[in-house]
Amino acid sequence: MGETLQIDRIRCDGHGLCAELLPELIRLDDWGYPMTNAGTVPPSLVEHARRAVDACPVLALRLARTASPVGRSVA
Amino acid sequence: MELIPVASGAESLAAHRQRLGPLPTLPSGPLIAELEASGLLGRGGAGFPVGRKWRAVAERSSGGAVVLANGAEGEPLSLKDRSLMAGRPHLVIDGALLAARAVGADDIIFYVGIEHRAAEAALRHALAERAADLRGRAHIVAAPVGYVSGEESAAVHFVNAGDARPTTTPPRPFERGVGGRPTLVQNVESLALAALIARRGHAWYQGLGRGRARGIGLITVSGAVNHAGVHEVEFGSTVGEAAAAAGGLNGDVGAVLLGGYFGGWADVDEQWGLPLDAHSMRARGLALGCGVVHFLPAQTCGVEASARVMTYLASQSARQCGPCVFGLAAIADATRRLAAQSPQTDDLERIVRWSGQLTGRGACRHPDGAVALLQSALQVFADDFAAHQRRRCLTIAEPARVAVA
Repeated sequence: MGETLQIDRIRCDGHGLCAELLPELIRLDDWGYPMTNAGTVPPSLVEHARRAVDACPVLALRLARTASPVGRSVA
Repeated sequence: MELIPVASGAESLAAHRQRLGPLPTLPSGPLIAELEASGLLGRGGAGFPVGRKWRAVAERSSGGAVVLANGAEGEPLSLKDRSLMAGRPHLVIDGALLAARAVGADDIIFYVGIEHRAAEAALRHALAERAADLRGRAHIVAAPVGYVSGEESAAVHFVNAGDARPTTTPPRPFERGVGGRPTLVQNVESLALAALIARRGHAWYQGLGRGRARGIGLITVSGAVNHAGVHEVEFGSTVGEAAAAAGGLNGDVGAVLLGGYFGGWADVDEQWGLPLDAHSMRARGLALGCGVVHFLPAQTCGVEASARVMTYLASQSARQCGPCVFGLAAIADATRRLAAQSPQTDDLERIVRWSGQLTGRGACRHPDGAVALLQSALQVFADDFAAHQRRRCLTIAEPARVAVA
């Protein structure tokens, strides 16, 4: 079971803190709104992802457990 | 014709019953099985299998579900849903009644575009004729004008809260919809076809269609044809046959818009023999969508046509999600500058980049559909876009004839 980043697009106001705290997985588009890849957050970045989730001033970012084992680290 | 009345005006209950006989009383399980076996795909645009959708609601319902018959039809180039409701209201009601029985619903809402006056009047009259069948369970809700009003979470949101803007999903309407109850949101043409399949069986529907395609459906043909309008076709009929059904082309045509504003542009010569069928079209990266076939006159500039459509789609954003609000507006502005042959130095490059960045970044799929259409335009009108970036136009400058509501 992995975790993926999910963004509530209606709540998101483009504050951009998430991209500052988690540049490995989140970058901003030309208007300051986050772009993420849909994959599982690598274990090494889960802590950083959690910090980004906690930093979002409008609670638009969350880490969701995914049922699919795809992308799970086997190392 | 199964879906289009021979006479003008709405078909009466008596004529409807004489033509089709009474509504069959199949229990839920066998009825859903018939629909699944028929292969019927939703006709609102997304083409989701109808039987599977009914099953998903039935599994969550304990008798208190809701059926929302979706006749919002906000697509500017589509007329088929309003024509169907205006001409064969009882067939739509049949489908909604069957759906209510199959999914265990005690409320039926007919969600009808507020500007579709003839459709609303026909349905209202037909519902009065069916008062005994309906026992007060059905009513009409006027859907506000707007491209996204018919999106299923927006429809549910409007009924619940008077706000026809999409909501964050999940939960999807089949899980938690009108009044928090499992809700089947189904396009009115899908319901009408379900009512025919319930009477005649899945083999009847599977027996229709050309080549490998199965079934029938409504399409709206417009643009450079002699008689624009709604036509019933067997799926698998070609783009050329759609033009012929509309009285033939009335001039040279370069491109065709297939599936509506959430569909895509295609080269008309390349796709003249294309079967109008969800599966064949998907295999070619196209979409049947809600069945729009719009022929763009050859003398109309594809960049100009694209600018009008993108401007319209940007204006129809529900203005909730940043990427949609700002992204579509920026795309529309740049495309308009290109159309006017006065672009900024990197406008073309930017719309190419932006068109790859908006997919999946809204609560609903409005931005996804809009950029998919733009990407098809960038392919089909590639030479035109390149010329416009160089402040030239390859076609005679003439305003686009793409109708925008």
